[in-house]
Amino acid sequence: MSAEFEAVVLPHLDAAYNLARYLTRNPTDVEDVVQEAVLRAVTYFGSFRGANPRAWLLQIVRNTAYASRALVRGAVTVGLPGEETGAPTAPELIDHGDNPEMALRKHEDHARLARLLAALPVELRETLVLREIEELSYKEIAEITQAPIGTVMSRLWRARRLLAAAVQAEEGR
Amino acid sequence: MECENILLVQAEFDGELDAAEALRAAQHRQTCAACRDAYAQLSATHALLRESAPRHQAPESLRRAIRAGLNVTRDAATATPPPRTLRRWWRDSASFGLGAALAASIALFAINPAQQSILDQVVASHVRALQPGHLEDVISTDQHTVKPWFDGRIDFAPPVKDLAAKQFPLLGGRLDYLNDRPVAALIYGSDKHLINLYVWPGSGEPLPKTAARNGYNTVHWSENGMDFWAVSDLEAAKLNAFVRDWRAAG
Repeated sequence: MSAEFEAVVLPHLDAAYNLARYLTRNPTDVEDVVQEAVLRAVTYFGSFRGANPRAWLLQIVRNTAYASRALVRGAVTVGLPGEETGAPTAPELIDHGDNPEMALRKHEDHARLARLLAALPVELRETLVLREIEELSYKEIAEITQAPIGTVMSRLWRARRLLAAAVQAEEGR
Repeated sequence: MECENILLVQAEFDGELDAAEALRAAQHRQTCAACRDAYAQLSATHALLRESAPRHQAPESLRRAIRAGLNVTRDAATATPPPRTLRRWWRDSASFGLGAALAASIALFAINPAQQSILDQVVASHVRALQPGHLEDVISTDQHTVKPWFDGRIDFAPPVKDLAAKQFPLLGGRLDYLNDRPVAALIYGSDKHLINLYVWPGSGEPLPKTAARNGYNTVHWSENGMDFWAVSDLEAAKLNAFVRDWRAAG
């Protein structure tokens, strides 16, 4: 059973971690959420019959994050000065092929976008991340976020519009 | 001013419409300036996120802790880590799309029991290849480096083609063991995804057959005395495009 779980579910660990990272406050909380989610997944794996282990795992991760106190709700709760909102650490992102200035600029771009994404209300942020980063279909996102497809579509549109506006506001300043 | 058709246009952008609906959305954009602007904005936001949104990877310590928790012993701990760039390839690929909703909906052509067993082996091998240190034995984007590497390692010469021009760059090759024999595995990238193309001598049908297993898509065909199995977490349509391009390449 653990071999099957490993083959079916663990390939999606990065996706699980990525989603948790976008939903929760800092790397320590993220690891707690992912570990807890995997534990739940093991427990329920016996009854898992679906064809889509990734969406299934992500749904568990999302529920676990929502139950955790570390959930970043966005809009009101983030954006406080000096708060670490899940911006990536430098060694994780710097490509060794880049020269230092390029690498620094890339890092700044990543940090800025992480900050703007973290400021989105959580239900818009998760929809956007699942679509644009995890490349999931509307149907899969609807399953994971337990919302009708119509809601997914309007959230996605609002998320994109808000993010574009925030980017423009920063660049225009 | 926002058009009431904006969600239709967004769905077109996201590739969620069937051909008839997509045509309707595209025609609408020709007459609606607001939706044309919105479409351009969607592309710009998409490009920005693709370029700059952090894609977080599970730290090795977490992976180890979870494996230990599952009581699974893997040789990953002792394996030498592959070079940085390729390590990122498999990590990205492990985290990206499997298009299983699509996979579940594609027609499964009749695959016979012997092929079922190979299908299991091929998918298992693909998953194993995604583990640290298992992806590639020869790292090269040059087909003239990869092809000779197989000389003397296997008793046949696998056809090696680079499809970088078609957005499927060759990343390297690997020796694998499938169907009770050593086989060649060619590794291709597609955006953030990986494709393993397994090759060994055989004579099946030239008509490609598609199948899905555990969320991975596969395409199997035969040509010029070789059996081919392509496996990836790419969505089925994209993997079919890879196979089409690969077979068309000289």
